[in-house]
Amino acid sequence: MKQPILRTALFAAVFSAAAASWADTTVLTIESWRSDDQAIWDEKIIPVFEKQYPDIDVQFKPTTPTEYNAALNARLAGGTAGDIITCRPFDNALAMYEAGNLADIKSLEGLANFSDVAKAAWSTDNSDATFCVPMASVIHGFMYNKDAFKELGLTVPKTEADFYAALDAIKADGSYVPMAMGTKDAWEAATMGYTNIGPAYWGGEEGRMALINGTAKFTDDGFVEGFKQMAKWTPYLGSGFQAQGYTDSQNLFTLGRAAIYPTGSWEITGFQENADFELGAFAPPAKDADSECYISDHTDIGIGMNANSKNKEAALTFLEWTSTAEFASLLTNAAPGFFSLASHEFDVENELAQEFMAMRGECKATIRVAHQILGRGEPALSNELWTLTANVINGTMTAEAAAQGAQDNLDAWFKP
Amino acid sequence: MTRSGWRGYIVFFLAPATLIYTIFAIYPIAESLRLSLFAERDSAALFVGFDNYQKLFTEPYWAEQFWNAFKNNVWLFVLHMLIQNPIALALAAILSIPNLRGAATYRTIFFLPTLLSVVVIGFIWQLILSPLWGITPAFMNFIGAGSFFAPWLGLESSALTTVTLISIWQYVGIPMMLFYAALLNIPEETLEAARIDGLNGWWIFWKVKLPLILPTLGLVGILTYIGNFTASFDLIYTLQGGLAGPNGSTDVMGTFMFRTFFGFQAQLGDVNMGATVASSLFFIILLGVSVYLFGVQRRLQRYQA
Repeated sequence: MKQPILRTALFAAVFSAAAASWADTTVLTIESWRSDDQAIWDEKIIPVFEKQYPDIDVQFKPTTPTEYNAALNARLAGGTAGDIITCRPFDNALAMYEAGNLADIKSLEGLANFSDVAKAAWSTDNSDATFCVPMASVIHGFMYNKDAFKELGLTVPKTEADFYAALDAIKADGSYVPMAMGTKDAWEAATMGYTNIGPAYWGGEEGRMALINGTAKFTDDGFVEGFKQMAKWTPYLGSGFQAQGYTDSQNLFTLGRAAIYPTGSWEITGFQENADFELGAFAPPAKDADSECYISDHTDIGIGMNANSKNKEAALTFLEWTSTAEFASLLTNAAPGFFSLASHEFDVENELAQEFMAMRGECKATIRVAHQILGRGEPALSNELWTLTANVINGTMTAEAAAQGAQDNLDAWFKP
Repeated sequence: MTRSGWRGYIVFFLAPATLIYTIFAIYPIAESLRLSLFAERDSAALFVGFDNYQKLFTEPYWAEQFWNAFKNNVWLFVLHMLIQNPIALALAAILSIPNLRGAATYRTIFFLPTLLSVVVIGFIWQLILSPLWGITPAFMNFIGAGSFFAPWLGLESSALTTVTLISIWQYVGIPMMLFYAALLNIPEETLEAARIDGLNGWWIFWKVKLPLILPTLGLVGILTYIGNFTASFDLIYTLQGGLAGPNGSTDVMGTFMFRTFFGFQAQLGDVNMGATVASSLFFIILLGVSVYLFGVQRRLQRYQA
C-alpha cells in the first residue's frame, strides 16, 4: 500500500524539478534548409553553445531544401516560425526583411568581423539595414580524379587552352568520360557551368557591377563568350547528357567513370565518403597565361532573427555567438566546403577544403552573376539562366541568342 | 410513412456527402476564383478585377507559358485518345472472349501499373531510359538497333511524347476495365441472335458490341480529357522536375500552376497569379465537360438490350 504513495511523491518531485529547470531555460528554434547538416548541428555545433549558455536550449529544425522557402513563408505568416532563421542570400532574404519577417540586426557588435562584400548579401541596397549574420560561402571550381590524371599523365590545367587540351587527351584515351555534367536538371549547367567559368571572361566583380550599373549588357562580348564556352563543353560530356540529372553526374564521377566534375565546395563531404580514389580540385581556368583567374566565392548562407520572435534576447545572444571565431572554426571544419565568411583566422583541417580555400589567394573572387538585384524580374534571372545555358549546351540555341534572352529578361523591368 | 410529410431523411442522408463536397471541392474552387481577382500590393490584398487574367493572356512572359502549357496538354490529350483508348478497347475486347485461358491473370497484369505510385513509375522509367544506367541502350544494342537510342527524356523533340507514352503504359488499365465491364454487360441473347444471323466475331464486334458500349466510349473520352489536365502534373513533376524541361517542352497547366503558385527556387511564389492559372484551367475543363454533356451525351442513343 505504501508504494503508490511513494511513486506519486517521486513523480511530483521529478516534475517540479523539471518545471523549475524549464522556467529559466529559453528554447530557441532554428529554421534551415540544410537537412543534410542535422547531425553536424546536433552533435558538434549546438553542444558547444549550450555549454557556454546553459540557460538557452537550441533546437535545429530543418525543412527539405525545395520546400524551405514556401514552408517558411507559410509559418511566418501563421506566426509559428522558429526564432532563428537561416537566410538565403540577396533578394530572397531581402523580400523577407521587407515583409517585416526578419529583424534588422545592424547593431550587432559581431558584424564587424565580416567584410562588406559578405554583408552585402544580407543588407538593403543602400546598406541601411543588415538582417542576417553572414555564415558561409561556397567556392566554385572543378574536382578531378587524381588517379585518372596520373594514369594519363595530365597536369592540372591553369588556362583555357590547358583545360581543353586536358579534356581532349581524356577523350582521346577513351577510358574516362572527360567531364561529368548533364543538362536534364538545368541548374548545374548555369551554376557549375556558366557562373563557374564565366567570370574570367566578363572580369568577375567588374563585369557584374557593370551590369548592375547599366554600363554593360549580357550581349557584350564577355557575357556572350561565357555562353560560347558552354557550347564548347558539349563534345566532352557523356553520351546522353541531355537526360543526365544531377545525381547521375555525381554518381558518374564518384564511381570513377569520369575524370573532371565541374562543381563547388559543397560536394566535399559527400564525395569523400563515396569516392574510393583520390580527389583534387582546381580553379576555373584563366583566359590565357597573362590573365587572372576568377572564382565564384558565393555568399550562400546567412543567419538572422525572426522579427516576431518571443525570445529576442536569447536569439541575439546566439547570433552574436555565430559571429565569433569559435563558431567560424566549428562550422568550417564540421561541414568542410562551407567556408565561414568571418575574417577570423582559423585552421581548415580537410585537405580538399584547403585546396578550395587556396583558390581565394590565387584568384579574384566574385559571386554568382544574377543573384544580386538582377534577379527581381519575372522569371528570376538566375532561373532563366538555367534554361538558357542548358539550351546552349544542348545545341538548341546559339550563344548569341542565349545572351539576348538574358538581356531581354533584364530589359523587361530593370532600370539601372 | 405518409407521402405528403416533410421527408427530412433525404436531407439527413444527403448531408454528409454535401458537406464533404462543399468543404473540399466547392469552397476551394470558389476561394481560388476569388484569389484570382486580387493582387498583393505592399503586403495587402487589393481587388484588381480581371487584371490578372489580362496579364496572363497579354504579357508575353505569361502568355507564352500559358499557350505552351495548353498546347502540350492538347498533345497529351490527342495521344491518349489515339493510343491509350484504342489499346484499352482492344485489350478489353480480347479479354471478354468467353473461355479465354488466363484472362484473370492478364487482366491483373494490365491493371497493375495503375495501382503503383506515380513516383515509383517515374523513377522506374527514368532508370529504364537512362543513357547511363538504363537497360534500354544495352537492349537496343543487343537487338542491333543501338544507333536508334537517344536520351529521349532530355530532348525537346521527344520528351513530351515519351512522358505521354509512360503515362499511357501506367493508365491503360482504367479505360480497359470500363470497356471490359461494359462488354460483359451485353446480354448473351443479343450476341447469339447475331451469330444465328451469320455474323462472325469481327463483325459482331463492329456491328453489335461497339454500338452498345458507345456511352462508355464517351465517358472514357471525357475522363481522359479531365485527367489529362489534372493528373498529368505528378508524372511530369516526378520525371522532369518543376521547370518541366528541357526548355519547357513538357510544361503542362499543372506544372505551370505549381511553379507560379508556390514559386520555384529563386522565383518567389505568387498566390494570386497561381490562382489565376488554376481558375483558367477550371474554365477550360468546365468548357470541355459542358460540350460533352450538352452536345454529345444527350444525343447518345442508349440501346435497351
